[in-house]
Parts: sequence; structure tokens; C-alpha cells
Amino acid sequence: MRPAPLAVVIEGLSSGFTTRGVKAVIHQDLNLSIARGEFLSIVGGSGSGKTVLLRQMLGLETPLRGSVTVLGEPASELGRAGTSSRVGMLFQHGALFSAFTVLENIAFPLRELGVLPRNLIHDVAMVKMQMVGLDPSAAHKMPADLSGGMVKRVALARALVMDPPLLLLDEPTAGLDPDASDAFCMLLRSLHQELRLTVVMVTHDLDTIFELSTRIAVVADKHVIVDAPPREAIRFDHPFVHEFFLGERGQRAMEVLHGQVQDV
Amino acid sequence: MRVFCLQVGPKRYHGMQLRLDRSNPVQVVPPRIVKESSATGESMTLYGSWSAAALAQQEHWTALEESLARQVKAPLDASWDLRQIERLDHTGAQLLWNTWGHAWPRQVLVLDLQRSTMNRVARYAVVPPKPHRSTPKELFLKLGEWLMGVESHAESALRLTGQLFIDLLQFLRDPSKAPWRDISGHIYRIGATALPITALVGFLIGVVLAYLMSRQLRQFGADAFIVNILGMALIRELGPVLAAILIAGRSGSAITAQIGVMRVTEELDAMRVMGIRRGYRLVLPRTLALALVMPLLAAWTTAAALLGGMLAADLSMGLTPEYFALALPKVVQLSNLWLAMGKSMVFGVLIALNACHFGLRVLPNTQSLGEGTTASVVTSITMVILFDALFAVLFRGVGL
Repeated sequence: MRPAPLAVVIEGLSSGFTTRGVKAVIHQDLNLSIARGEFLSIVGGSGSGKTVLLRQMLGLETPLRGSVTVLGEPASELGRAGTSSRVGMLFQHGALFSAFTVLENIAFPLRELGVLPRNLIHDVAMVKMQMVGLDPSAAHKMPADLSGGMVKRVALARALVMDPPLLLLDEPTAGLDPDASDAFCMLLRSLHQELRLTVVMVTHDLDTIFELSTRIAVVADKHVIVDAPPREAIRFDHPFVHEFFLGERGQRAMEVLHGQVQDV
Repeated sequence: MRVFCLQVGPKRYHGMQLRLDRSNPVQVVPPRIVKESSATGESMTLYGSWSAAALAQQEHWTALEESLARQVKAPLDASWDLRQIERLDHTGAQLLWNTWGHAWPRQVLVLDLQRSTMNRVARYAVVPPKPHRSTPKELFLKLGEWLMGVESHAESALRLTGQLFIDLLQFLRDPSKAPWRDISGHIYRIGATALPITALVGFLIGVVLAYLMSRQLRQFGADAFIVNILGMALIRELGPVLAAILIAGRSGSAITAQIGVMRVTEELDAMRVMGIRRGYRLVLPRTLALALVMPLLAAWTTAAALLGGMLAADLSMGLTPEYFALALPKVVQLSNLWLAMGKSMVFGVLIALNACHFGLRVLPNTQSLGEGTTASVVTSITMVILFDALFAVLFRGVGL
């Protein structure tokens, strides 16, 4: 399998819903390509279709028009056996299986293939558990007994258990307190570098965006209005970009970025 | 004549086809191991893809497992060359690390990226902690816990019933402030929308009973007694019990799930903070609605069953509906109907209280919601049958 130079290619994508006979168009002629090794943040106002875009990449939604290609194959072909080895997804609320222990949750994608012996699968899951910063003693806890930060870590370990080259994150720091959120950011950054992952993240959290992104894609007016490195993206002339990045909160968060500029 | 055309959208069909197609896994180069022996010792060279996706394909795994077992005798004394591996991920690294017995061999040739993967696995490899096994003492304590659970169920059921009486008093004192919209909504949802299913079930039971009975009765030439048997069984017993069981399954579970979801989404806490009593707003309307609707549904189910029985009797033994209708009031006393109605009202209250009880005990997680709903339905049906038996004993002198 030759690696495609681009991890995700979206061409002329249109998506929308029909609720009670009313058509709502979410994306129109949206184009976006993500190179391997990028850490791309997708930002946009509420209801601008960021999460829908992520779901399109996962093949959970069907495009009305256009195509979504993930790692050289149409996104609709995801969902068959062994997909965890191609794409990992961290859902906003973790989406852990509540009837399974932490270890069983992490091991689930591998175990479900039904080939590898149990011991090897458990060893792999234990390594992944510690890679995301969990203590081995948490292995037999149930998801209901975990804190919000731990749920996200377990979910991340499960997403990474088959070492997919592409990781999708939906609001990874939502619902975490500032400390847990910072720690999770550090973890994501180190995993991105160590495992050479391509990461696509949807978030509102400006701190997280500036901490982690190598590129920012802004979704507004039903398509991607700008897709550029952070420092260029914030200079783009559009009301949403002004409001989002150059407001008071944006200024504060951007101190990280200015710090980086001076370092360089 | 109209022609109905079943349209299958191309996308949908496409999706279905892919979902069924599990026999086409990701294409990868199979992992291989090649052993060479020389004067300096054995050397192992690994090829192919040592990744989770490759290893988890049955034919690759079987082949690799067999060749590992055959070729690797003294892993630590050999020289291992990983550089030809196309892709080494943590699952592959873990497999190697386990093959080496959790130690580094004499010589390992690796690329940078492979080294960091191997290092991570070496650093983090631990035996998973043993799942906790219960000791006899803990089992004994668990029994105590279970008994306390029973006690706590009894206590909260009693509390709920008491609260219902208090709320009922307030309801009677000032009916204008009562949650009428809730009550009428529940009457519609629990009662009116259940009419088709109860009628269908009642009708079919009536047909089946009449058909089976007619075969037996004909042997004794007692054809006309079908009216007695059907009338008594359906009006006094089967009508109310069937309706109650259907409603326990249909609306009892819905009530538990509804209230349980309110717990999961913190709506119950929100109500409490606003000073709204959940007994008055949640339990009372549902109980009143069920107490009112249950007798009506029982009468409706009985009527449907009698209709079914009447038709089956006509078809299987030629007993005319006129005769059936005229004979019925003579052989079944009216008091049976009143007993059935009274019984149904009790069933309704039981189902509502039970469903609310389990709904309010749901913990804020999804598993507890599922368990609560199951427990609610099972308990409701058991209670209905228990109380039915109780009624049969208590009122054995009425209407027989």
C-alpha cells in the first residue's frame, strides 16, 4: 500500500439535511485537502458544519455532491472490518462502551477481528493505556467510575489501538477543567510528533487551537474560507475571523503565537 | 390498479453492500521472518508489514505464528534485523517483544522510528493486573448489600405511595391548579394510542380460545357452553390481565425510560432546584391517567376478544352472533364486569407507581437506565399477575 501524499481530500462537497420538508444546506462546493503529518484545526461558528465535516470524513454522512477521499479511498468505504487501522476517532463525549472495562474498551477494535491471541491484545492495550498517561491500575475500572479527563484518555487509547495514521478529534478539550485540558493538549502534541500522526481537530477552544495547530481551516458561508498556517489564517479578512480570533479572548490566547514569533 | 414501486436509492444500496462486504480487508504485504545460520550465529531478518491490520488477518497470523514457533528457538542469542520491515506498529513491536521474552536480544538492527516504537513498548510492557476475584467474606457482604437494596426499594416504594396520597389530597383541595395538561397528554399517549394493539391482541386471543374450546366442547355435545366459558374467562380474567400486561410493557417501560432520562440529563435536579415537586408533576399525572385509562382499555380489549370469540364460534360451530349476544348477559353476571373494572384500576395504579419508582431510582448513566427499564417491566408484569391471583381469592364469592 503506497502512502498517498495527502491524507484527506475533499472536492466539491455539498451536504445538507431535510427536516420536515425543509432543506438545510450545510456545505456547498467545499474543498479541503490535508497533507500527511499536519495538525489541522477546523474552526467555525456554531452550526457552520464543523462536526458534519468530520462525520463526512468518517463516512458517517453521505455527501449530496462531491467526494471525500481518506487515505486514498472514498470515505464511504470506511466502516468495514479493520477500519481502526486507518482512522481513529475521538468522540466528544468519549463514546466508551459502558458495559466494558477500560482494558476491554481499548482492546475492543483488535479483539473484534478475532485473530490475535488474547494475551497479545491485552499487552497492546496496556501499552496504549500508558502511552496516553493512564495508570495500569485503572485497567479494570468501568467507564462510569472515570473522571472526564480519564474518559477522554481511554477513548484516545481506543482510537489509537491499531496505530491509524489519521486521527480525528471532536472537541477534545470540551468539558475538561483548565489543568486537565492543558495536560490533554500536551499529550496530543507529543503523540502527534512521536507517532507522526495526521490529526484533524474540531474545537472552539482558542488555547488548544494555537497550542497545537500547524494549519487552521475556517469554515464559514458553507465552505472553507481560508486554510493556512495559524499566523496567516488570523489575518484573513472576514467578519467571522475578526470576531473569533481578534476578540478579547482571541488576543489573550494568541500570546502563545506571538511568543513563538519572537522565539523564531 | 396501482402499482407500488419500491425504490432503492443507489447510495443506500451501495452502503448496504459495503457493510456486508467483510471479506475484503485492507491490502497489505504479509509479515515474514527469514532465518539464516552462519558461523557467527543465527540471524533473523523480518520482512513485510508488522502492523495490527496485517497481523489481524487470519492467513497472515497463522503463517507467522507457525514460522515463529518453528524458527525462533533462542531469540536472545540471535541477531535481529528489522530494517526491511515495511511498517512496524505497536502491535507488531509487542509481538516481537513477547517473542523475545521481554528482553533485548544480543543484536538488533533497527531504523530510528522503529527504535522509538520498540522503546515505548519495552518501557510500557506490563502484565495487566488480575481482575478482582471475590472472597467468601465479600460474597457474604454482598448478600447483606443485596438485602439492604431490597429494604431500600421497599422504603422508597412506601415513600412514593405515601407521597401520592398527599399529592392526591392537594389535588382534591385545589383541582384548578392541578397539572391537567399533563394528565390529558398521558391519557392520550397511554390510552388512545394503545387502542389498535390491544384490540388486535384481544381479537386474536378470542379467536384462538373459541376455536380450541369448540373442539373440546363438541365431544361432549356442549356447544352452547362456549358462551359461558368465553364470557367468564374473557370478561373476568383475560381482558383485564391482557390489557394490563400490554400496557406494562408498552407504557410502563416508556414511563421508566422517560423519568430515567430526566435523571441522566439532570432535569430532575433542575425541577427540584426550581421548587417543583416531582411527585406532584411526574408521579401524580401518570398515576391518575393510568387509573382512568386502564379500566377503559380492559373493557375495550374484552370487547375485541368477545367479538373474535363470537366470529370463531359462528364459523367453527355455527353458533349465531345473535344467540351469543342474547345468552351472554344471562350466563355472566354484571358484577363480573364491575370486578374487572375495579381490578383494572388497581393494575393501572400499580403499573404507574412501579414505573415511576424504577424511573426515579435510575442513576445518571446509560447502563442503569437500561437495567431500570427492564426491572420496571418485569416487576410490573409480576405484580399484575400476583394481584390478579389475590383478587381471585378475595372475590371468589362474587359473580360466580
